[in-house]
Amino acid sequence: MSRRIDNHITWDTFSQGLWRDNPVFVMLLGMCPVLAVTNSATNALAMGLATTFVLLASGGLISLIARFIPRQVRIATYIIIIATFVTMVDYVIQAISLDLYNALGAFIQLIVVNCIILGRAEAYASRHRPLNTLVNALGMGLGFTFALLCLGVVRELLGAGSLFGYDLFGPRFQPWVVMVLPAGGFLVLGAWLLLFDWLKERRDLTRC
Amino acid sequence: MSTPMAQPRAPSTAMILVLTGIAMLSGLLVVFTDQFTRPYIEENQRQAIEAAVNKVIPGSVAHKQFLLAGGKLQPVVKGAKGQVIHAGYDRDGKLLGIAAETGAQGYAGMIYLLYGYDPACECIRGIKVLKMAETPGLGDKIMSDPDFQANFKQLDARLNPEHTALIQPIVTVKHGSKQEAWEIDAISGATISSKAVGRALNASAQKLLPQLLPLIPQLEEQGQ
Repeated sequence: MSRRIDNHITWDTFSQGLWRDNPVFVMLLGMCPVLAVTNSATNALAMGLATTFVLLASGGLISLIARFIPRQVRIATYIIIIATFVTMVDYVIQAISLDLYNALGAFIQLIVVNCIILGRAEAYASRHRPLNTLVNALGMGLGFTFALLCLGVVRELLGAGSLFGYDLFGPRFQPWVVMVLPAGGFLVLGAWLLLFDWLKERRDLTRC
Repeated sequence: MSTPMAQPRAPSTAMILVLTGIAMLSGLLVVFTDQFTRPYIEENQRQAIEAAVNKVIPGSVAHKQFLLAGGKLQPVVKGAKGQVIHAGYDRDGKLLGIAAETGAQGYAGMIYLLYGYDPACECIRGIKVLKMAETPGLGDKIMSDPDFQANFKQLDARLNPEHTALIQPIVTVKHGSKQEAWEIDAISGATISSKAVGRALNASAQKLLPQLLPLIPQLEEQGQ
């Protein structure tokens, strides 16, 4: 089949999402959860892991059955598969912790429309073998989790003076409230993008 | 469609088969997950209610749920209409307080909370926010601010002699101006959320307490 371009699993298959094409810092995909649920490191981690699971499970299943899906209904099929795994994650998070479930709110259900997942299904999973897809999805998921954590850690530190719920600075710390508000999400994301772009530019310059 | 390089169309049957098959598989997976997680979720919800009741009726070790409908206590059944109340008892079965849910419109959607009423002092002994979407860092302080929580250690909720309404309605006052036992000191910077808490308590206490008072002896008996 000509659609199957490259079936060798290399380090790049995995690291593509983790670094080179990081879904948040490079592709700027899935900004909605990135900005909305990164007001604490715990929320960011939970959201990242939930998304990673959905990426892995839906990617694996789609790449297994891709050749049986008629082109005309492929998007509908992907959405059903993604929605199924999101619903499963939704139940499992409720079973693990109601507090976490309440903190993440509607954003768990909204993983269904996260463009990273549909994007990977269409661009990668439907054209590669299950094993490649799983490795690539794991990289993408971890890259997404890493990016969420980058934002969540900074926002929680500045906005609440704590990390993963543990108070770090004591009662005399005056929290920078705007950081846990939506505006803080944009500010911190902007700062991280600036840093990553600067790093990239420096690397490109040294290569020349 | 008149695309020149039209791909060979898959027959409709293939599409229907694939979509049906996927939908059935997904239904199966969801049902399986639901079956597997339901006991854990129910246990979590029970624990959350238990912890909330514990907080608003300090010192209670045993809880019983009743449905208050038509001026009578009834056992709780799913889907029945009426106000659910939680009676809290100490180790010896003595009635310590009654917890009930209430809610009011806050700054960002409804604030739902549970409050505990102590018939001995005719006062509110504690509140616990169950669900809200107030602004993080400002409005959500109604959950955590210790000064705000201190308002509810002994918030006056006495009924008038005719047992029709509170003598003094519960009101939220501006931060730092609380004078009376029935006033709630607002959080500065979260006045709207604080006022919503006051409104929710007042509305529920005005309505529920007159109905509840005649039933106190009955509730005391249930603990024995």
